[in-house]
Amino acid sequence: MGSVSEFFQHFLNGLTLGGIYALIALGYTMVYGILKFINFAHGDILMVGAYIGLFIFDFLRGDKPLSAWWFVAFMIAMLCSMVFCGLLGMFIEKVAYKPLRKATRLAPLLSAIGVSFVLSNLAAWLFGTQSRKLEYPFDNTPIVIGSGSNAVSITPHQILILVASALMMLILKLFVDKSRMGKAMRATSLDQDTAKLMGIKSDHVISLTFAIGSALAACGGMLIALDFKVYATMGTMVGLKAFVAAVVGGIGNISGAMLGGLLLGLLETFGVALLGIPQGYKDAIAFGVLILILLFKPDGLLGKNEKEKV
Amino acid sequence: MSSLLSIDDIQVSYGNIKALKGVSIDAQEGQIVCLIGANGAGKSTLLRSIVGLEPLVSGQISYSDSVIAQGHGEHHRGHANCLPTEQICSLGIALVPEGRRVFADMTVEENLDMGAFLVKDKSEILKRKSEMYDFFPILGQRRKQKTRSLSGGEQQMMAIARALMSSPHLLLLDEPGLGLAPLVVQDIFSKISIINKENKVTVFLVEQNARMALRAADDGYVMENGLIVLSDKASALLANPKVKSAYLGQ
Ligand SMILES: Nc1ncnc2c1ncn2[C@@H]1O[C@H](COP(=O)(O)OP(=O)(O)O)[C@@H](O)[C@H]1O
Ligand SMILES: [Mg+2]
Repeated sequence: MGSVSEFFQHFLNGLTLGGIYALIALGYTMVYGILKFINFAHGDILMVGAYIGLFIFDFLRGDKPLSAWWFVAFMIAMLCSMVFCGLLGMFIEKVAYKPLRKATRLAPLLSAIGVSFVLSNLAAWLFGTQSRKLEYPFDNTPIVIGSGSNAVSITPHQILILVASALMMLILKLFVDKSRMGKAMRATSLDQDTAKLMGIKSDHVISLTFAIGSALAACGGMLIALDFKVYATMGTMVGLKAFVAAVVGGIGNISGAMLGGLLLGLLETFGVALLGIPQGYKDAIAFGVLILILLFKPDGLLGKNEKEKV
Repeated sequence: MSSLLSIDDIQVSYGNIKALKGVSIDAQEGQIVCLIGANGAGKSTLLRSIVGLEPLVSGQISYSDSVIAQGHGEHHRGHANCLPTEQICSLGIALVPEGRRVFADMTVEENLDMGAFLVKDKSEILKRKSEMYDFFPILGQRRKQKTRSLSGGEQQMMAIARALMSSPHLLLLDEPGLGLAPLVVQDIFSKISIINKENKVTVFLVEQNARMALRAADDGYVMENGLIVLSDKASALLANPKVKSAYLGQ
């Protein structure tokens, strides 16, 4: 095993990766909490978010040279992309899931897979199959802290991810814990009929849930797009991993999704770094550990394991 | 006297099972009306259909002289002609459901906040909460606790307080004494009487604990297999030999 600084470096890398997983896992878990259904199109929303963000960012920065404006433009692009995806998520729920709410439980699941294909094929058709790159809105030279064998380096991109994902999760947590609609969301996810008895319109709560989850996915999509390429199926693998993170954290549980996401990011990073596992096997290791966790805690780390009280 | 709630010959089915086979009940303003019946008679189904959680096959339900639910035939389950639950509750009807159905992961205070979801005025919500803490002191002591940590009796009080947070005119209670110790049940029933007498809330009470319920009530109904088989003044039902042998164990 390496030095303390090496450990800290991997921890930092894992945390940034995990922050992104967590942002995306939140969408799966919130929708599941309310509708008991896995939105398999969630990863594709992330892809749409990345494309929209890329187009707006490229439009805003035009051919101006790299400057503070680029960062402002990036933030504007992220905000627009989050709003757009929020609306898209609400729209998809209205047309593809809501009509099936009284059907068998499998029906909306199949519909979600359909939506996923539609979105990724539409993107391939509209934007081409060539992948694109979102430029860093800042000089991404790593900042080195310390020197020699004690040095830890962090890129501005990593700082952005850490700040953005921490901020998003903080806002979400405050919203869900303190606000009137946030409490209504929790009540609806705990007991939909009883929530209706309180005068809570579950349709509104469901729309809001899709809007928030999709906006967070758009944010995650843009953060990923800075390091990786933007293409029509970019959301598939990340979406799958974030879904697993949500399950490991305890699906339906918001803090669980955050925890599961961070854990998955750390596992991947440490698996490669400390155990010397070849890069190609990192997913296998990470998933292996997650399966182990589920063997001992089938409802996830923060999932409830209680029988319904009669 | 005017009927606040009027249930007119309603039928409700679950698939092929006919749970209510033509039930009529009236609740006069200001009264406590109770419905007794054995397990599976259809009592909960009746309460759930009043608040729009079960669609009617036929018949109709009116509240304050306006129709809130109407039957729409066997084949229209799910599209029945009734107001959505949230809207019915906004008219001043509150149901304390069977088994309490507290939001277990939320604190007592948050549960009460949910009860006042339709109240926009924050100071009004605070005022009602403090009234509830006065009326149920134990809830005041537990207000920051998760509801799951409360005892059964405390949870029942919380469910009632939560329903009262909306300042209902009509309070529907589904077996508030279920599974609770006799002393606790007595406490709850005395609270229900106070709610009725002092806050002028009309109460429609469903119970298996017939004696306690009939003592508290003005009018009573007896339900068997989805039909009302007896209805009378509650005091008369207490003296009725059939009721005595079937429901009072005498
Ligand atoms: N969700 C349901 N699905 C199918 N049958 C039900 C359902 N709920 C109740 N029933 C049936 O309807 C009848 C009346 O039930 P219920 O209204 O709960 O009775 P009670 O509250 O008087 O015990 C029973 O035969 C019960 O089995
Ligand atoms: Mg019942």
